[in-house]
Amino acid sequence: MESSVLRTRKEKMTVLMKKTKNSFVGWVTNPYNLLVLASIILMVFFVIMPLFDMITTSIRVDAKDAMRIKSPAGSWTLYYWKRLLCSVISRNMLYRPLLHSLIIALCVSVSSIVVGGAIAWLLIRSDVCSKRFFSLSVIIPYMIPSWCQAMAWISVFKTPNLGGTPGFLSALGLVPPDWFAFGPVAIICVLTIHYYPYAYILVSAALRSINSELEEMGEMLGASKPMILRKITFPLVMPAILSSFILVFSKALGTFGVPAYLGLKVSYYTISTMLYSAIKQQQTAIAYAISLILISIAAVVIYINQVIIGQRKSYATIGGKGSRSNLIPLGRARIPMAVVMYAFTFIFVLFPIFILVLESIVLKLGDYSLHNLSLHYWIGKGDPNIYYNAPGILRNPVFYNALWNSLKLVVVSSVIATLIGQLVGYVISRGRKLRSGRLVEQLAFIPYLIPSIAFGAMFLSFFSVERSITLFGHKMVLVPVLYGSFALLVLVTIVKNLPFSSRAGSSNMMQIGTELEEAGKIEGAGFVMRMRRIVFPLSKNGFMSGFLLIFIAVFKELDLIVLLVSPKTETIPYLTYYYMSGGMEQHANASAVLMFMVVFFVYWLSNKLLKADISSSL
Amino acid sequence: MGRIELKNINKYYGKNHVLKDINLIAEEGDFLTLLGPSGCGKTTTLRVIAGLEKPQTGEIFLDGKQIVNAGEQFYVDPGKRGMDLVFQSYALWPHMTVFDNVAFGLVVKKMPSVVIKQKVMAALDRMRIGSYSQRYPSELSGGQQQRVAIARAIVSGAKVLLLDEPLSNLDAKLRVEMRSELKRLHHDLGTTIVYVTHDQVEALTMSTKIAIFFEGVLEQVASPMELYQNPFSLRVADFIGNPKINFISAKAEKMPDGIQITSPLGNFLAKPELLTNAVPRDVSFDCILGIRPEKVTISTSPIPGAIKASVYSVQPAGSETIINLKVAGESLLVKELGIKNYRMDQDVYISYEPGKANVFEKAGGRLVKRVISD
Repeated sequence: MESSVLRTRKEKMTVLMKKTKNSFVGWVTNPYNLLVLASIILMVFFVIMPLFDMITTSIRVDAKDAMRIKSPAGSWTLYYWKRLLCSVISRNMLYRPLLHSLIIALCVSVSSIVVGGAIAWLLIRSDVCSKRFFSLSVIIPYMIPSWCQAMAWISVFKTPNLGGTPGFLSALGLVPPDWFAFGPVAIICVLTIHYYPYAYILVSAALRSINSELEEMGEMLGASKPMILRKITFPLVMPAILSSFILVFSKALGTFGVPAYLGLKVSYYTISTMLYSAIKQQQTAIAYAISLILISIAAVVIYINQVIIGQRKSYATIGGKGSRSNLIPLGRARIPMAVVMYAFTFIFVLFPIFILVLESIVLKLGDYSLHNLSLHYWIGKGDPNIYYNAPGILRNPVFYNALWNSLKLVVVSSVIATLIGQLVGYVISRGRKLRSGRLVEQLAFIPYLIPSIAFGAMFLSFFSVERSITLFGHKMVLVPVLYGSFALLVLVTIVKNLPFSSRAGSSNMMQIGTELEEAGKIEGAGFVMRMRRIVFPLSKNGFMSGFLLIFIAVFKELDLIVLLVSPKTETIPYLTYYYMSGGMEQHANASAVLMFMVVFFVYWLSNKLLKADISSSL
Repeated sequence: MGRIELKNINKYYGKNHVLKDINLIAEEGDFLTLLGPSGCGKTTTLRVIAGLEKPQTGEIFLDGKQIVNAGEQFYVDPGKRGMDLVFQSYALWPHMTVFDNVAFGLVVKKMPSVVIKQKVMAALDRMRIGSYSQRYPSELSGGQQQRVAIARAIVSGAKVLLLDEPLSNLDAKLRVEMRSELKRLHHDLGTTIVYVTHDQVEALTMSTKIAIFFEGVLEQVASPMELYQNPFSLRVADFIGNPKINFISAKAEKMPDGIQITSPLGNFLAKPELLTNAVPRDVSFDCILGIRPEKVTISTSPIPGAIKASVYSVQPAGSETIINLKVAGESLLVKELGIKNYRMDQDVYISYEPGKANVFEKAGGRLVKRVISD
């Protein structure tokens, strides 16, 4: 009796042991679990920990302030937060820049929606002419980096008072007022020109998906055209308008390049430029506190967007069948409308490019006569009388160094980012119904919540000191010092672009039916074999277009890396910024022109070769 | 080779209990069809056998060898079970040629390329698509893609072939053609086939054994003709047969020499040797008569014992005619071979053989009286 009890207990133990062993082996040999684990570790190490580090830095006494605060370096303190939030400097350091940022973001998003929405309606629903030309040209501003547009603005509007040399208009004898050349109005205008394509793309997609039967039904019931527009069309595109509002708002809020170019000269600070100058003045803890505030605002805004979009998804029923859509005739307004559109395109889209090219070939700024035209800033040898003997960019080793850095950074980081994005996308698409898959999706989304400049600040904080632990008497370096290194630029670029690359990856993987992979499983192919022979070959196109979109985004990136570059690692956008702030405007223009020539070329190539859609990058 | 045994399989998706204690055996060489309405768990059962899904409890044996033991979290990898699967969507890899699709499993097993070529061509020729070997799947018709999928499944000579609704994407004519081809394939290869379908005609015509599922429960496992003639329950009877079986409410009363059935279609005595073990204990109970449409005969003039009915509608289809009748307030479907002409509202006289009628207990829905088999 007793022995049999003993035996069953022993049997139970062996079953339990076998079960534990099999579960463990099953878990470890399941590549999905390993990928989930790797993604979580990656995100915790490169996003959560830097963020956490930034928080702790802002509440610890900095060594150089130890004397002033009268507590030892490294001890906990709310000194910096108090100083930032309620002290004599708060007004200038935080509240005013914050107010500026909010005003700019609000104005930019409203005007972007008005401009983008109107263009979308004209091009999709009305019978305005030259649609093909317009639909291509109106998205060009989206491809030009916003800070290049700011440069063009300066070249056109700067006045002898503020710019040192007269701008294009001043040279023609039309001196614009100073407040128009630099400051909030200029920033809002430039950002609107840059961001209206976002609203245009989102709203036009929504308009295109509206079944015209819905509008025709209104007509059958006797509603007038304006009434149909107000009561049917507008409510149907409302979700798209809302989400473009929030998209533009959050982007404009954290943007650095444009307010730096157009605001600093007149001491008009926004929260991002204040963050930049705080870092440059070594007020690290305060700078981090500013970034934390910026991050929280951006995160709240985007979170609201997610909630709204999540609720409004049911509106997607608009799509589906009935793609036939009857255009609304403009009647007598058709010709004037076309003229307005042409004028818009030439002034806001093509003219900035023209002015940048022009400015790069005038020898002396403000003089647009023919004999003043010269390729000196492109290919000229150094001249002791012009900008301290600096040669034209194509003869300048500094420029080639920056170009080489840019290309290196772009190629290395977009290859790695796309690869990681595909793998993370694989986890997200295969784990859509699992908690682990959703967790990875949410983690991969976090970098999106953090404005680029704050993201740069975060990495600056995390990788500026070595962090190590001692295990069994051996020192293990967890975080090496990467400040000033090329690796840091690659890292920050990869992690910041993870939301885009993983979204591209997951939509790519979503298209590959699980059955295709299961069929491989049945034939006995292991995970690596399935990836190599089935999943990757099938996702080749998506991989390439994801790669190119990240390539372009990285190539023109300034905000993200502006805090992290060193003279050895500077890239084209940084060099341009450096030239511009040093007053070497023609050099800056020449290198900007060269840069977006590369960008256009890559866009053209990706459109030609892969039919990659620009709007998919949103 | 190829005997599969499922023991106490339970499968949950979250809180959703999709397979409820499944016990099922496919003998060596069986053509076992898993049949049932959509969402009943038949495809999940197939995927559990294939190894693409892991059940939470239960064991599976292949030729006596354990391949799943959920209690010990032991699951053999799908590729190592010696089974092959044809997917409903075919799951042909679009970036590989027909040849590469079929060769994939052999390449994974690292066979020499000469052997691979020989085996692949043999399988393609067997499916009569040898000339398409260098095409891509998108360059083939649906029926040809189907043949590639089957060739891929048979090329490695698996002991068990699993087919998940393979004919559902084909048009009606092609489906009938592929049915006979699959039956021939089963005969030639002699492998065990497990076949999933919701089409009862496919199940009845091809299988040696049918397992019918409802809402995750395995209701009955039987040969096709047994299933047709003696359905285990009302819902099996209702699911099998086209046109549908007639259900007539009736009363049953136990007698010393059997059970007396009283119905609008007449009364008869059910003999003890035809009764099942589901007869309730009560002396009398409500029951339902199940009569197949082809078991009713119609006569236009009165004959003794026949019951008067009126024609409600007639659907001639050439080879057969389906007649809707009204009898004492109940409607009755009758199927007659060939072309029959009746007028609407015409009076007719119907009769049937009581031995060919099923009787179900009304409360539990279980079969209480079998038919005399044909």
